[in-house]
Amino acid sequence: MILDFSVIWENFPQFLHGVRVTLQLLFVSLAVGFVWAVPLALMRVSGSPWLNLPAWFYTYVIRGTPMLVQLFLLYYGVAQFEAVRASLLWPWLSDATFCACLAFAINTSGYTAEIIAGCLKTTPPGEIEAARAAGMSRLQMYRRILLPSALRRALPQYSNEVVMMLHATSMASLVTLADITGVARTISAQYFLPFEAYLTAGAFYLVLTFLLLQLFKAAERRWLAHLRPQRR
Amino acid sequence: MSGGYWFTIVEGSWLTLRLALCSMALAVALGLAGAGARLSPLRPLAWLGEAYATVIRGIPDLVMILLVYFGGQDLVNRAAALVGHEDYVDIDPFAAGVATLGFIFGAYLSETFRGAFLSIPKGQAEAGFAYGMSRWQVFRRILWPETVRLSIPGIANNWLVLIKSTALVSVLGLPDMMFHAKQAGDATRQPFTYLLLAGVLYLAITSVSLLALRVIEKRFSLGVREVQL
Repeated sequence: MILDFSVIWENFPQFLHGVRVTLQLLFVSLAVGFVWAVPLALMRVSGSPWLNLPAWFYTYVIRGTPMLVQLFLLYYGVAQFEAVRASLLWPWLSDATFCACLAFAINTSGYTAEIIAGCLKTTPPGEIEAARAAGMSRLQMYRRILLPSALRRALPQYSNEVVMMLHATSMASLVTLADITGVARTISAQYFLPFEAYLTAGAFYLVLTFLLLQLFKAAERRWLAHLRPQRR
Repeated sequence: MSGGYWFTIVEGSWLTLRLALCSMALAVALGLAGAGARLSPLRPLAWLGEAYATVIRGIPDLVMILLVYFGGQDLVNRAAALVGHEDYVDIDPFAAGVATLGFIFGAYLSETFRGAFLSIPKGQAEAGFAYGMSRWQVFRRILWPETVRLSIPGIANNWLVLIKSTALVSVLGLPDMMFHAKQAGDATRQPFTYLLLAGVLYLAITSVSLLALRVIEKRFSLGVREVQL
């Protein structure tokens, strides 16, 4: 037999730890990115160019450059400046986990903002008219009607973004972190078994992708139930 | 920022472009094959196409690249040793990069092509048959041009993602923009400057692509009515 998976079995706990690191990176960056994306999306749908243009530029640059460049700029790049190294932020900015989370969060915020902005723009006019007719203020309308409605309709597209981010976290291994890919790289180097190591990593991602998609399907069943055709 | 390093990065952009173009060509071929398989009435073939699209889209690009280049090389050599071949076989990193990216984006494109084909109103094919066209004529004259037109937005999206994904191939030591930017940054201790330059160049490539794709989309949608809301 030319394949040797015994080493993979022996190092299975390491892979499981890698899964934990991957999921932590994913959830932290998604959470931070989402919180940042909502105000950006509101800026994107604003009629004022002072709000709209900066947000447009932000998402354009983020979505037009590779995430690897963004990650390296943060982790390797900012150390170039003496002022950064002398600042209070340095303990954080020299930490690979922090940099990875920050880079991933910035990246996903750009894509998520565009998704939410797209859904805000396609709000059925009736919903807005009804809110106005009920005498809601702008703030009330956004808080009670526009955002909840848009965020629900964003679910299918957002699930794609989440899977993309799961896959993007594999780049954390390039800044020394021991996520699933990082563990595979270590084991591949230690035992000279690159094929088995990366195949195992791939299998883990496949399972995680599948689980995330199931989770989103359940979420859509719950929160998009009102958009499904009714059967009696 | 010294001129020599600046130039290597611009030079690297040529490799980035070649890599993206070659991968895209392979991806379109694989995507068409994949979509054809998934739409085929032959169960095993449809199942194979489905498996290709699902599995590839569930694995990160980086892992696929590492798997094909390092894993593939390792596997080829183990197999070669088994049959008594003693020299070490090297896989060309450019070929490995093109093969991997083409394979990955072929899976995404198979989804695009399949969706485009399925969204053609069936009255169009029926009209073709009513004119007495053969199955092949209906495909060549009606279904194929429509598939191409409807696929363009999907192809455009995948092209933009693909350009950005080529940066990952620098991990294999291929001297693309990203690789040179990292090298220049390390050598001059000015990583920010050079990485920023690479970022700007990527942005320039994606921006030009966006403009070009808009023109192409217009060209292929001539004669299609647009409805203003």
